[in-house]
Amino acid sequence: MKPAEFYQRDRLWQPPALTPDYKTSVARSPRLAMLSLQSSMSEITGPTFDHSDIDAIDNDLIKNYAKTGDPVGERIIVHGRVLDENGRGVPNTLVEIWQANAGGRYRHKKDSYLAPIDPNFGGCGRTITDDQGYYSFRTVKPGAYPWRNWVNNWRPAHIHVSVFGTAFSQRLITQMYFEGDPLIAKCPIVQTIPDQRAIDQLIAPLDLNAAVPLDCLAYKFDIVLRGRRSTLFENRLEGN
Amino acid sequence: MVQPLNYLKESPSQTAGPYVHIGLAPAAAGFNIFERELGWDIAGPDAQGTRIRVEGVVYDGTGVPVKDVLIEAWQADANGIYPHVEDPRHADCARGFRGWGRVITDFDTGVWGFDTIKPGVVQGRNARPMAPHINLWIVARGINIGLNTRIYFDDEDNAADPVLNLVEQVHRRDTLIAHKTGPNTYRFDIRLQGEGETVFMDI
Repeated sequence: MKPAEFYQRDRLWQPPALTPDYKTSVARSPRLAMLSLQSSMSEITGPTFDHSDIDAIDNDLIKNYAKTGDPVGERIIVHGRVLDENGRGVPNTLVEIWQANAGGRYRHKKDSYLAPIDPNFGGCGRTITDDQGYYSFRTVKPGAYPWRNWVNNWRPAHIHVSVFGTAFSQRLITQMYFEGDPLIAKCPIVQTIPDQRAIDQLIAPLDLNAAVPLDCLAYKFDIVLRGRRSTLFENRLEGN
Repeated sequence: MVQPLNYLKESPSQTAGPYVHIGLAPAAAGFNIFERELGWDIAGPDAQGTRIRVEGVVYDGTGVPVKDVLIEAWQADANGIYPHVEDPRHADCARGFRGWGRVITDFDTGVWGFDTIKPGVVQGRNARPMAPHINLWIVARGINIGLNTRIYFDDEDNAADPVLNLVEQVHRRDTLIAHKTGPNTYRFDIRLQGEGETVFMDI
């Protein structure tokens, strides 16, 4: 059997493994060539999730860890679609996010940044796309924070995003940035991406139409997973 | 000018970073938020097959364990069936078999491990069977795009596996093979770089 294959990953669009300005990549980057595989059953299948795996409140980071009230920070909605490279929505797929609080501090035992933990903010959420591939989260805008790379590096405000798609070969983790942030251009992690047009794909625009008046702002962030060959002529090709 | 093709481009990957646990394994980050964390039970309690445990360490290019790595596993059941609609036999997949797991390391030692059942032979391309294997996806701080590899087993017949046989340098095939360390336990170390670098796959 020859399964309908995924388009090959564009390795000139994706960041390479070795990016010396992001120092941690130097010792953690493979140096030998990867083995290119055509899709088999092991690559075109992947885990599936449904609403029994999560709770309805999981996509509301303003409420999902609230103890004594809402978290501090600029209230925002992050919404968009998970699409494939053919422009089709990817339905029923798991989207997970994590982020720092409004002061730039993560709720993680390894984070010792001096900005305080917010007692009402956990910083993680998850949801499943609807039948058109739409998803949404409510959260607070994360703060910038310093990190050890060069002596004075600061991460732009960002939200980490993890997406599954329908196949293990579509698995993707990326980061969402915010329109207008001057730290984006100065960040060695952002700059691991070689093509400015690809970087632009990770910058969410302000979406006032999706903002809730007198309540919260909104940013729109579409995520594109790898596309797959059409099955239009599949039978004939398989009969070769 | 020609007509535009109008394909979208895949979103570029960014590192999972050091705090990946907050999002994907929050209990390990030090707090409880979700009723159910995902990915801790690959096979479920009822699936038939040999119960095994696979353990290992991911090493960086200097030989130091990577303690903030997160690994996801994807595998077929004992009969080689994936619980996914693209597998023509999926309706016969073992009851409660999820096939997917997510593990992190011990923060002190860098050792990771997961319990599962040994997968069966999976139908490969052109009806060529693939030896039992578990697909892995590896992310961490310093890894810009998730790394794919496979675990094979040293007590299986891997000689005809169509993927192992694609590895041009024959000695490197060993980097994909877990070694039996006990009745039902296997060791699979991953080397990101340097001597014995694991074969990673562009899938």
